[in-house]
Amino acid sequence: MGVFTQSAPRGFRGKLFEINWAFVLLILLVGLIGVGMLYSVEGGAWNPYASRHALRLGVGLIAMVVIALFPPRFWMGIAYPAFLGALVLLIGVELIGTTAMGAQRWIDIGPIRMQPSEIMKIALVLALARYYHDLPEEKVSSLGGLIIPALMIAVPMGLIIKQPDLGTSLLLAATGVVIVFLAGLSWKVIIGSGVLGGIAGGFFFQYGLQDYQRRRIMTFLNPEEDPMGAGYHILQSKIALGSGGMTGKGYMEGTQAHLNFLPEKQTDFIFTMLGEEFGFIGGLVVLSLYALILANCIMIATSCRSVFLRLVVMGVATTFSLYVFINVGMVMGMLPVVGVPLPMISYGGTVMMTVLIGLGLILGAHVHRDTEPPKGAGLFG
Amino acid sequence: MRRDKQEAQAQFNRRSLLLSGLGAGAFAALGARMYGLQVLEQDAYRLLSEQNQFNFRLQPPARGRLLDRFGEPLAENRESYRLMIVRDQAGDPRAALERLSRYMPLSETRIDRILRAVARTSRFTPVTVAEDLDWETFARINLHLPDLPGITPDVGEVRTYPRPYDFAHVTGYVQAAPPEAANDDPLLLHPGFRIGRTGAELQHEDELRGSAGQLKVEVNATGRVMREIPEQSIPSVPGRDVTLTLDARAQRTAMEALGDQSGAAIGLDVITGEILVLASTPSFDPNAFVLGIGQDAFASLNNNPYRPLFNKATTGLYAPASTVKVMSSLAALEHGVVDPEETIYCGGHTRLGNRDFHCWRRQGHGRVNMHEAVKGSCDVYFYEMANRLGIERYNEMLESCGLGQFFDIGLPYPRRAEGLVPGPAWKRARRNEPWTTGDTFNVGIGQGALLSSPLQLAVMTARIATGRRVIPTLSPVSGAPPEFESMGWTAEHLSEVNRAMSGVVNEPGGSAYWPLQTRGIDLEGIQMAGKTGTSQVYSISAEERAAGLRDQEDLPWRLRNHGLFVCYAPVAAPRYAVTVVLEHGIGGTRAAVPAQAILRDLVRRDPSNTRPDMYASAARPVTEG
Repeated sequence: MGVFTQSAPRGFRGKLFEINWAFVLLILLVGLIGVGMLYSVEGGAWNPYASRHALRLGVGLIAMVVIALFPPRFWMGIAYPAFLGALVLLIGVELIGTTAMGAQRWIDIGPIRMQPSEIMKIALVLALARYYHDLPEEKVSSLGGLIIPALMIAVPMGLIIKQPDLGTSLLLAATGVVIVFLAGLSWKVIIGSGVLGGIAGGFFFQYGLQDYQRRRIMTFLNPEEDPMGAGYHILQSKIALGSGGMTGKGYMEGTQAHLNFLPEKQTDFIFTMLGEEFGFIGGLVVLSLYALILANCIMIATSCRSVFLRLVVMGVATTFSLYVFINVGMVMGMLPVVGVPLPMISYGGTVMMTVLIGLGLILGAHVHRDTEPPKGAGLFG
Repeated sequence: MRRDKQEAQAQFNRRSLLLSGLGAGAFAALGARMYGLQVLEQDAYRLLSEQNQFNFRLQPPARGRLLDRFGEPLAENRESYRLMIVRDQAGDPRAALERLSRYMPLSETRIDRILRAVARTSRFTPVTVAEDLDWETFARINLHLPDLPGITPDVGEVRTYPRPYDFAHVTGYVQAAPPEAANDDPLLLHPGFRIGRTGAELQHEDELRGSAGQLKVEVNATGRVMREIPEQSIPSVPGRDVTLTLDARAQRTAMEALGDQSGAAIGLDVITGEILVLASTPSFDPNAFVLGIGQDAFASLNNNPYRPLFNKATTGLYAPASTVKVMSSLAALEHGVVDPEETIYCGGHTRLGNRDFHCWRRQGHGRVNMHEAVKGSCDVYFYEMANRLGIERYNEMLESCGLGQFFDIGLPYPRRAEGLVPGPAWKRARRNEPWTTGDTFNVGIGQGALLSSPLQLAVMTARIATGRRVIPTLSPVSGAPPEFESMGWTAEHLSEVNRAMSGVVNEPGGSAYWPLQTRGIDLEGIQMAGKTGTSQVYSISAEERAAGLRDQEDLPWRLRNHGLFVCYAPVAAPRYAVTVVLEHGIGGTRAAVPAQAILRDLVRRDPSNTRPDMYASAARPVTEG
């Protein structure tokens, strides 16, 4: 074992000083764009969306900064319990969950109504990062070192598919695979399992999917064929974006959005509305902000000394970027319609919470970038 | 160990860089796609967006009115509260109608009928559910509209005939276009839109209809209209009003005068040819047809023995009977076959070969000259006149007076009612038999196969009264009255005949003297002239006569004689001609009474008050040339 070094900033004020405030500002900016768009969704009204989004943004940003102050040791300590807790909740959804929009995703705990799949996104990243932090490098590509992460990914994925929520489960899988990849899996194993995964995926498409999920993937391939059916939303979304042109129709002037040709414009299709009202330039600005956030994340990841923090940052960044890519790709008709929100802009409490917790972890990784907890260190180790 | 760690860190950085590259590629792909949609293809999508956003709604034009000569409406439009159903918005139309039936009565059969109509039309086209609702029902349904998706209230216009029975045969009625006609014009498919199907409504369809407009509206995704954009719409052009020559109040008088008898009346302005009265009884309510008459109601109209749907004034055909005697007299004078003072003995019948031809007056008229023969309607005198003239010269006069002629007055005819002026050629073609003197005798008193319409008899009266080729019309004459050409008759002959017609009414012994005398012969101080006619329907046989059947009143209605009366006024300067036919009305003297009432009203309501120019020309001499 190497020499245990602890050169992280000490003390509350020291840590606050270490916070990457530019990063926080970027996130605030994207969140405020969300507030503005949600104000437009209701034709220029704060209620019900814009005001609550603003409130969540404010509370969430504070929480994010607080999370950033916790030491990595704490997150390592709760990684496994959090993962197990999220698993229990997912099973709980299976038993007592409420159905919204035809999918069983929500669970009510007293006054709180939440989606365990969102918690799992963070928990899985933490658990995998912890696992690889503890695992000696040479065992990463061994059989034992493969099976445990595979199960850690596959079990929650299976539970989420059953809800059914194909989008989130694929997102989870992609995040998990990226972590495994970054942990140093040998290329031989990667290529081998890629082939196996392809075959398994084919079977899965044929037998593992619900009808509507298969249909979504099929209509995505040719939406014009079925203009009033499942492809209708994508078509209307493309019309909205395309008619926005270079500079857009103007704030709160989006006809497609305000005449209700756009579905779910406060959540999944909010980028369409932005594109309709602010045009190509508006869309490009938002994409650039996301790219800046992600670039920041990668810089933070490469600057971290510990495997745990590196993998946490990249895991969270992967999830974040997949959110953006799938959502924007979907509304432009490049990807199938899978209910994935646009982080910080789409309306929705749980997603906002997950995203800000994740970003808080990244922010914290930056603060504690020189910290290197020992392998096997626990919450109280 | 340290080297391993550094190696692991380097591997992590390499792989992170690789993933960053992938991510950058993905973002570049998003940007490229966005550029494609929003910059390269923006025009196409802008067009699609506008097509989404805007819609054109057909704006049906307001139908022009039908007016009488004084501008009184005979057909106009009133507001109608309607309900429509749009399949696209209703989801399940049956469920929508059943929900609606909670707020207004809707029978199962009616629901089925609406559903059939819904199934036939496109999913975005509204179909009428109910029309002409009362305000309370309409308001109640509007209140519950949120529970009634797909049901749309609407205020439309519906045709109304304010004098329903008086003008039914003239105005005709409007109805929804037949489905086969609707293919050419979307307007005809518009709910509640109706076109003229009979009468003046059909005749003047092009002027009355106008042209449809297009209202540009902004719609949302469910097709609901959010906003109207009138400045970018094409307004509808309302149809033009059409004025007819009729006089609504004189028409009313005619309808009242005919009462509950089956018959017809024509009133003509003999100077202009304008038809002032065109009545046919019994009549019907054209309003019943507008909203869709039920099968039972239609059947009872159609099977009614008095034929209310049939326009007897223009298309009813009756033997003209003794009214032909004025033409016969004129022809005899014109051809010089008789001197007006020459007397002919009437002993009640004339023998021809081995057959007796009777006079209506069994005991005979004694010796009568032309004046007396017309006054007393002596059949024997006119058997002789017809015989002296011969059928060709006789028929020539009838035809030049308008019998057997088709007059296009400006109403659509289900068939051309020319009537019949029979002659040798006709009999040869029809029965392959030679024409006999007996045939000439029969036709000579207006019987036999001779048939004429009330309109033709009115034209005949006008031509005899003025000596001009009067042509009847329902289209008002504007500016100077038409100069009808002279008939070319000798003035003395014409005044001889007209004096005789005056005698019919004004002299004791005239066939119309007694019935009219009791009501006052004078019409607002002026005199009328006329001629009775009794058209034989059924010949009472000798056996029946022996069995005591003498009176027409004892016969069933359909076997009784038709009563005819033709007349004009004022005698000094003829202005109005009136013809009345009472179907199975027993006798011409009975027809004289309503005819006089109509004539009296026309004289009283003389339009010279509003058109002095025309009345001035009426004062010219009776005959010229």
